[in-house]
Amino acid sequence: MNTDLRVRLGALELPNPVVTAAGCAGSGRELAQFFDIAEIGAVTTKSVMLEPHAGRPAPRMAETPSGMLSTTGMQGPGVDVFLQRDLPWLLSRGGRAIVSVAGSGTAEFGELARRISAEPGVDAIEVNLSCPDPADPDGRRFADDAARAAAVVSTVRSHARSDLPVLAKLAADVPDVVALATACVEARADGLSMINTVRGMAVDPRTLRPAVAGGIGGLSGPAVRPLAVGCVYRVHEALPEVPIIGMGGVRTGADVVEFMAAGASAVAVGTVNFSDPSACVRVLREFTEALESRGVPRAADLVGAAHRPGTGV
Amino acid sequence: MSDYGPVQVRCPVLNVRRVDAYYAITVVAPGIAERFRSGQFVSVAVGGDHSSTLLRRPFAIHDVKPDYGGTVEFLFAVRGTGTAWLAERRSRDLLDVVGPLGRPFPLPRDPVNCVLVGGGSGSAPLFPLAQSLRRRGCRVDFVLGGASADRVFSAITARRIAETAVFTTDDGSFGTRGRVTDVLGRVIEECRSDVVYACGPMPMLRAVTAVAGTHGIPVQVSVEETMACGTGICMTCVIPVVGEDGITRMVRSCVDGPVFRGEQVRFDDVGTIPFDALGAPGWKGAGASRPAESARDIA
Ligand SMILES: Cc1cc2nc3c(=O)[nH]c(=O)nc-3n(C[C@H](O)[C@H](O)[C@H](O)COP(=O)(O)OP(=O)(O)OC[C@H]3O[C@@H](n4cnc5c(N)ncnc54)[C@H](O)[C@@H]3O)c2cc1C
Ligand SMILES: Cc1cc2nc3c(=O)[nH]c(=O)nc-3n(C[C@H](O)[C@H](O)[C@H](O)COP(=O)(O)O)c2cc1C
Ligand code: FES
Repeated sequence: MNTDLRVRLGALELPNPVVTAAGCAGSGRELAQFFDIAEIGAVTTKSVMLEPHAGRPAPRMAETPSGMLSTTGMQGPGVDVFLQRDLPWLLSRGGRAIVSVAGSGTAEFGELARRISAEPGVDAIEVNLSCPDPADPDGRRFADDAARAAAVVSTVRSHARSDLPVLAKLAADVPDVVALATACVEARADGLSMINTVRGMAVDPRTLRPAVAGGIGGLSGPAVRPLAVGCVYRVHEALPEVPIIGMGGVRTGADVVEFMAAGASAVAVGTVNFSDPSACVRVLREFTEALESRGVPRAADLVGAAHRPGTGV
Repeated sequence: MSDYGPVQVRCPVLNVRRVDAYYAITVVAPGIAERFRSGQFVSVAVGGDHSSTLLRRPFAIHDVKPDYGGTVEFLFAVRGTGTAWLAERRSRDLLDVVGPLGRPFPLPRDPVNCVLVGGGSGSAPLFPLAQSLRRRGCRVDFVLGGASADRVFSAITARRIAETAVFTTDDGSFGTRGRVTDVLGRVIEECRSDVVYACGPMPMLRAVTAVAGTHGIPVQVSVEETMACGTGICMTCVIPVVGEDGITRMVRSCVDGPVFRGEQVRFDDVGTIPFDALGAPGWKGAGASRPAESARDIA
């Protein structure tokens, strides 16, 4: 059977639904040692900021059941190095690039959108709304306040080239993810990515101190998958026309089927790239086999299947 | 994809044996064996395909042999869930191994006198290094330390391959009571060492670097930082390292290391973001001509 793997995220068409999650694949260079980066749907790059950032102190990582806690604190070289070194490399290898941006203020998001739009070859901009909002007196994340998140999305939309899709990346640990999603779509996000890591903590049993510096880390990996699938399901139900990249603990092709059935049009592999550097191509192969064995001719037919009455596709 | 980069392979276990307080696992992994250079490590998936133990465990490569097309041996101490699972492997079990990872020990161009300093399981990567150095006509001397006699790894092999071998234990149960740095200065003088290679816990590397400094000789250290990926994508394994340009960067110990020039590691600042590091809060270099960021530009 010749399965059609193509999926659409609004104006963006990808050859297949498996992409990498921001911060879990660099700019593709390291994973390219293990597989051809052009084979997967797209590479979502690590969130880029305007200036270099040294990130947070170590320890930055702790293993937890079916997941990990991390606090890298957006370490990165800044947009200049990204545009000179990382993006050209990815494009030269035939990779499709979803560029994730993180600003330490709304204006910085706008400037990043302008700079990235000036580069040919970028496929989409993803707006990381899980970074702390410097204008918030309590240091909360943009995603913690739907109005502030919407302001960021709208700034990015107005600074980005009009034909470049803008995806808003939501946080899951917010009181109302559907309200957040709706606010971002009203601010003209072309699509949504969900979920980011979830705040959590582990205590080192030996020292009785927090296992990662700063105490609170971001939980990721299969441990968060039911939470992520739930967010995708609810948002797709409320906003069925809005394309979603689903992520959170994707480990196998069956997980891609699950996210797509819940309403995602594409699915990102994150933490599992750390434990299995070939995960993206393995997951894509398993996904393709799953479609074949179910007799589903087009991957896109899966999207939202869990919302439809009846069994299967 | 690349002839030189790491590969991911499912390797049959050849055997698992006890060596003092450690386990040694040999796996058949021709692709890793042929790429290996001393100082590099492997990362091993633990717990099976559907395990809730997600992350790989990094281990220094202790030996490669041409048997069966190429075998790789690593040594480990049982510390927690992952190493306990590994200790239960039997021959013909399959292990998912990625390697070789990391930057190897740089080898001197000329035949010089090298002293190799290891602490506990940190001795493992020094044995293939000793062999590479010997092949280049270098003199090799060992200083190995551990908490107790059974934690001084492979004393017999060390004696066999090195010109001299000195041992220290914290409890005095073997060799000199004390730490490797208590005897290192004397060894450097007696053996007229030109360079130090060290692997072990961070405080030991820091002390060894200080001793090498007082003798005015260079030191290469191999660090152990917790790692989620080992391939350079997660940014969790960073330590502060000063580049040739005098600028401190938070560099990844998995791909920019694990081997660094000791003098360039800011041991006192490990676990912090030094205020003068590239991109630290309030960093002053912003907007100035931006220094190179590439891993290959440092060390
Ligand atoms: C480059 C490198 C080379 C190493 N080589 C060797 C070797 O040759 N022999 C050997 O015995 N040990 C070596 N270690 C340490 C070894 O990786 C740990 O002992 C092992 O990961 C412990 O796993 P666990 O599941 O038993 O422990 P747990 O405590 O259950 O592990 C929990 C998490 O902490 C990490 N972790 C725990 N201890 C260490 C440690 N000391 N260093 C880094 N991460 C740690 C684990 O990888 C895991 O992610 C090396 C570490 C590094 C970074
Ligand atoms: C080490 C690490 C770094 C991450 N960095 C970013 C980032 O820079 N930008 C971002 O939007 N999300 C980042 N994330 C979140 C992931 O993109 C993803 O949303 C989340 O981890 C859930 O997916 P997973 O369980 O498959 O990892 C990071 C996650 C991890 C574990
Ligand atoms: S362990 Fe992931 S970057 Fe080093």
